[in-house]
Amino acid sequence: MIYDLIVIGAGPAGITAGIYAARKKMNILVLSKDIGGQTAWSGDIENYTGYQFITGPELTKRLKDHIDAYKIKINEEEEILSLAKDREIILIKTDKAQYEAKAVIIASGKMPKELGIKGEEEFKGKGIAYCATCDGPLFANKQVAVIGGGNSALDAAIGLEKIASKIYIINIGEALTADAIMQEAVKKSDKITVLNKSRIVEVKGEKFVKAIEIERNNVKEEIAVEGVFVEIGLVPNSDFVEVVDKNSLNEIIINCACETSTPGIFAAGDVTNVPEKQIIVAAGEGAKAALSAFRYLINK
Amino acid sequence: MADKITAYTTQSCPHCIRLKEFLTEKGVEFENVDVSSDPAKADEMVKKSGQMGVPVVEIDGEITIGFDKDAISQKLGI
Repeated sequence: MIYDLIVIGAGPAGITAGIYAARKKMNILVLSKDIGGQTAWSGDIENYTGYQFITGPELTKRLKDHIDAYKIKINEEEEILSLAKDREIILIKTDKAQYEAKAVIIASGKMPKELGIKGEEEFKGKGIAYCATCDGPLFANKQVAVIGGGNSALDAAIGLEKIASKIYIINIGEALTADAIMQEAVKKSDKITVLNKSRIVEVKGEKFVKAIEIERNNVKEEIAVEGVFVEIGLVPNSDFVEVVDKNSLNEIIINCACETSTPGIFAAGDVTNVPEKQIIVAAGEGAKAALSAFRYLINK
Repeated sequence: MADKITAYTTQSCPHCIRLKEFLTEKGVEFENVDVSSDPAKADEMVKKSGQMGVPVVEIDGEITIGFDKDAISQKLGI
């Protein structure tokens, strides 16, 4: 079967695109590795219009319920391996199957960036965690480190404050870059110590993490921690597609109508070069992408 | 069908939520252990699985780390 539209990704951008496409009665398929994407991994959300406060998992459930109301086919747990265009048809290969569509929206989002240092592979899941909301509770009354200085790092540190005995924020920059409101919360806490201009160089331990080695002002220093929460930013999930232009960050370049450099391939949300990676921005971009794809298909 | 199924989870982790939804949808009876409110059970999970991430599922003594739908389905015969 050749679908009118395949949406890759089911975060706020992909789900919104799916809803808009369903309302246009397009024959669509959504392919997703993870429903909700980064939203599912978010802690407290206080800037999504219409909700003064909602948690990431709750908002994800509402997004899922919304798209489910349209009886759209969603194939979960599928990883995209490649995407190619052959004349007018777009071919998508996943780890489970192969699909064809007249148009595609890439809304595959971003994933956490890894440290790339000694000990990271060895201690993944053995003290090194990439989701403070998930694994944080396992570090009750333990000393931990959060690597990073942006919003997600401070969000993790504030979340861990209720659980861990001591939290070190290891920030490579001269100062934290997170929102002022979060920096104030960190300053108020006597459990959190911020180490600026500090770079983590190694994670050490035996079976589990026991310490990290950091470098500050050219001096190496060891800090005893049992948990390391990596929050150093994200990289776009765009490796599977080569037929569209990308920028130096590997983000897919789109115009204001969410069109990529290849006709019929659209992109939306955090995987693109759109400034501001926000849930509400991603959702809006998803809507635009679906409407652009609709216009592309009726003009063909 | 397996005799004893235990899911070690935390309340806020998306894979834990999806694991619980999946087992419930399939009509599988299981005991949910919230490791965030029970440090002794958290230690038990770390010892049994040899790692510190949630979720962990124990099916008749066999451990599966993460929400590995295919592996869990296979072990449950569903």
